[in-house]
Amino acid sequence: MSDLAAELASGARRPLARLLTRIENGDPTVRPLLPELFAAGRDAHVIGITGPPGSGKSTLVNALIGEWRRRGRRVGILAVDPSSPYTRGAILGDRIRMMDHAADRDVFMRSMASRGELGGVAATTWIAAAALDAAGYDPVLVETVGAGQSEVEVARLAETTVVVEVPEMGDEVQAIKAGLLEIADLIAVNKGDRPGADRAARQLRAMLSTAGGRVERKPPPVMVTTATTGEGVAALADAIDAHRSQARSPLAARERAANQVRRALADLAARRAVSAGAWEATVQAVADRELDPLTAAEHLLDR
Amino acid sequence: MTSADTPIRILIAKPGLDGHDRGAKVLARGLRDEGFEVIYTGLRQTPEMIADAAEQEDVDVVGLSILSGAHMALLPKTVQLLRERGMDDVLVAAGGIIPDADVTKLKEVGVAEIFGPGTSIGEIARYFREHVRREA
Repeated sequence: MSDLAAELASGARRPLARLLTRIENGDPTVRPLLPELFAAGRDAHVIGITGPPGSGKSTLVNALIGEWRRRGRRVGILAVDPSSPYTRGAILGDRIRMMDHAADRDVFMRSMASRGELGGVAATTWIAAAALDAAGYDPVLVETVGAGQSEVEVARLAETTVVVEVPEMGDEVQAIKAGLLEIADLIAVNKGDRPGADRAARQLRAMLSTAGGRVERKPPPVMVTTATTGEGVAALADAIDAHRSQARSPLAARERAANQVRRALADLAARRAVSAGAWEATVQAVADRELDPLTAAEHLLDR
Repeated sequence: MTSADTPIRILIAKPGLDGHDRGAKVLARGLRDEGFEVIYTGLRQTPEMIADAAEQEDVDVVGLSILSGAHMALLPKTVQLLRERGMDDVLVAAGGIIPDADVTKLKEVGVAEIFGPGTSIGEIARYFREHVRREA
């Protein structure tokens, strides 16, 4: 075992925290560590938690952490919040809801800003998840606001994706629109103590059972939770744990691997094209309508 | 990307039993607009919770907002716990109502700066930009 792997495996938190910073910053010293990081992984269940702002994701994650801690698991959390596209600043507020576990040495939580750089957060969260895995955390939860494409992508890199909705999510047509619900392996209708929660869950079940989805896929279970009281949380944790083996079927594993490689390929191509030096001129040529975007991309790739 | 052009990460916390978080929230929002990544942990934090959060988040700065009068107990304890966890280069700053006599003592135990009422967010941001130390 190498120094890094041994250090992570020892459970020391500072080296892990420093490594996560380097990963987040796209530090070039991380690249040579990747093969080792993946080899040191202990097979953690990587779970994506996403949903609209205010649906109670962080509170639900807080309750789930409690449930898994009772089951003797060490839990890692990556909580992603958006960066401002104008100032690059961000408010990372997910810790507020997770302070129950602030002093628990077997819970490691890291807030990440989406940063909106090339590849965005999706480019770094999977490496960060691998680091938490190598440090012995299992499950590893990745929480994102389900508002944009990059967040959806984060969820797609997870083995199990939980979409959190609220009873007021809208009518049946919302449920069959493409997007968030389509990527769900499990759906939690949170704030279950509000009127209409059971009805919303029933409607979702009805619509999802008639809609087609990804290949060879059963409709995702719809569960009602009340994160603030813990109602339904143990059942949700059970369902997530049960999904682990399903997520590791050869077909699902291959689909996820394809997403990961596609993601890495796009990041790599973009980074190389930008660093090759012709980026500014090529972008300007597209702005001046001298080139179409696809031809421009071909030029950059062929350099 | 080099460490020089990545956003400064700051943890903003309210230690102790003090329910007045308007100032902390205004500062969080203001620093976001100054391009900082602000981790806000909310009210009623113990020094242990703050040090643990700062460690996991690997922040450059810990900003403590305190209006309760318990600063002479809570601030030195927080600094001590951060140093015990090996975070020697983390800048600790405080804001709130703190008497001048205490300011001197707090600086002696490692609080880098104390921002009283009326300090502008621009001043605070500038101070952090100038004083954050990062390993190469």
